[in-house]
Amino acid sequence: MSLLRVEKMSHDFGGLRAVNSYNLEIEKGQIRGLIGPNGAGKTTIFNLITGIYKPTEGDIILDGKRVTGLQPHRIAAMGLGRTFQNLQLWRHMTVLEHVQMARYSRISYGLIGAFFGTGKRNREEAKNEEKAYNLLKMVGIVHLADQVVINLSYGDQRRVEMARALAIEPKILLLDEPTAGMNPEELIQMMEIIRQVHKELGLAIFLIEHRLKVVMELCEIIQTLNFGHVIAEGTPEETQNNTEVIDAYLGKEAVD
Amino acid sequence: MEEKSGKLSENMKTLKHKIRDLYSRAPLLGWLLGALVAVVFEHFLGDPLADILGLPKIPVLFGCVIMLKKPLLIPSVVIFVTLIYILPISVIARLSTVPANRLAAKLLDFPILISVVVHLSLLYATLYMWSEISAYRVLTLKLTLIAVILTLSLNVINGYMGEFSCSHPGFMALGAYAASTFTVVLFVNDKLFGAALLPPWLGPFMFPLALIAGGIVAALGALAIAIPSFRTRGDYLAIISLAFMFIIKSMIENLEVVGGPRGLSSQPDYASLPIVFLWTIACIWITNNFVRSTLGKALSAVRDDEMAANAMTVNTRRTKIVAFLFAAFWAGVAGGLFAHVIRYINPGTFGLQKLAEVLAMVYFGGLNSVYGSIVGAVSLSLLGEALRPLEIFKWIIIPLLLILVMIYRPTGLIAFKEFNVRNLIKPKRQT
Repeated sequence: MSLLRVEKMSHDFGGLRAVNSYNLEIEKGQIRGLIGPNGAGKTTIFNLITGIYKPTEGDIILDGKRVTGLQPHRIAAMGLGRTFQNLQLWRHMTVLEHVQMARYSRISYGLIGAFFGTGKRNREEAKNEEKAYNLLKMVGIVHLADQVVINLSYGDQRRVEMARALAIEPKILLLDEPTAGMNPEELIQMMEIIRQVHKELGLAIFLIEHRLKVVMELCEIIQTLNFGHVIAEGTPEETQNNTEVIDAYLGKEAVD
Repeated sequence: MEEKSGKLSENMKTLKHKIRDLYSRAPLLGWLLGALVAVVFEHFLGDPLADILGLPKIPVLFGCVIMLKKPLLIPSVVIFVTLIYILPISVIARLSTVPANRLAAKLLDFPILISVVVHLSLLYATLYMWSEISAYRVLTLKLTLIAVILTLSLNVINGYMGEFSCSHPGFMALGAYAASTFTVVLFVNDKLFGAALLPPWLGPFMFPLALIAGGIVAALGALAIAIPSFRTRGDYLAIISLAFMFIIKSMIENLEVVGGPRGLSSQPDYASLPIVFLWTIACIWITNNFVRSTLGKALSAVRDDEMAANAMTVNTRRTKIVAFLFAAFWAGVAGGLFAHVIRYINPGTFGLQKLAEVLAMVYFGGLNSVYGSIVGAVSLSLLGEALRPLEIFKWIIIPLLLILVMIYRPTGLIAFKEFNVRNLIKPKRQT
């Protein structure tokens, strides 16, 4: 059974059909990519899957449970982590606080613990802090733990988003242009992190990318989206050679 | 000439550094000890010293009032304040550095609670001795402590949660009336409510219940705002909460059961200084616990980026409602205390002016900071009292000050600073 299944999902913005009858199946441990020109509806699909928008039609099934129409925090807690295209960090909070915050759904000390600082709360917070440190180590920003995020470089901010999404302990990770705005060096490091996360945590990953190098190297299967329709689905080689894809997205010239 | 002035400023700088060096190692314990000695001094030597200096009596608020009324007495006041407060505090804080550090370190060997209790008892002893001098000081002190509760609770909404709420006087009114009704009906023979239902000696023990009841009523009122206005973000809450404040005010004005516009009086004298002090400490402690837990920090996440918070498993709606009710609860408690301190309330008290006061304290002290709220509430309350002789001009000076703070520190004096009790009370090491 697939980990995430999207069936015939459509979404309208007013009279505009932004996503049309979209289907997706991701197996455990798979890396999939989604490409397409600007405005094709890639981020809308992410927002639909994560519950920020409610699909007009269709169903989303996460790990055997129907999650269509649930609140984003419920869906996230069921094992769906994501990052945002244009960094959405909390500007007054430190790196460590970001990662700890994503463990919100696992807090069991409740309001009594929060108000009165019980022993249970202290133990839980300490455990969460340790987990957060481990994740920061994994993405290589443990030395920045106490920094407020706005003081960080762009690449490091992306890593914070990554660590934060991982702190949910997701089964599947949705990455919305994880390398956008990065320099070549940061790009290679980020790809390394994605590979490492995939290998060590055995996560399924679904990513939107603009840089073809990244998708072609990382993904097993790539979907190409244009005007809300999937126009092609296949391995990187198939995608590269698909004339429709080339016409819609890559242009007439071949990929480098 | 230039060289000379340069040298002078150089000297000033080294002097400043020297002073800082002298006191950098004095722990909080030392300062509290100094303050205690100062107020004990005042207790025994204040009257004779005031006599010698030609002051009518001990200056109640560090001489500010006397200085404004009779400028000729300024030198005497300055001498008085220096001899009674500044000198003992600075000398004792300096001299006690080594033993106070040792003691503070020893206290931290035990659970932190013990050290906190020691510090708080010292603080309370100081405040108690200080307020012994006159009934006016007691009243000012109680109102200041209540202002701390109010400011802190409003900071949870306007600072941590980043919404703009105007309903605090309304919550306060709900708490004040609920707690007053509770105590007056049960423990007082009153014209309005008839004979006491329970023996009056029970009253002081039941007073916490009265305050909690007041807080709960206020929180229920808050629920009425929260449900419609938290579906969206933006200015809705400000408008709805402002309307709520006026609704509560006119509702009470028209409720003859609780005295209508004439107000409600004959509250029993339960809000003594230790009671108000303890409730204030409880409020600071619980609020500080809350905002430092992940559940509380979720408020900052919601404020900075609600969509991201939601995607990171934070139940944003619940977070906002809990914080709003929490703040309203404490505003209600503050209202209950206020009613029993003044022992008379009327709907007019809980209007726009109260709102302006609390908002000023929050924004003056600093958003997102327990320190800031304490500093804002204490400084503006005391300033308001100290500038009382200026009458109407007081309302020019305080807003001006607020504008200056907003220009130079847009988020307030001490904003976005964590209130870490352990750091506050730990011994200071040589740097």
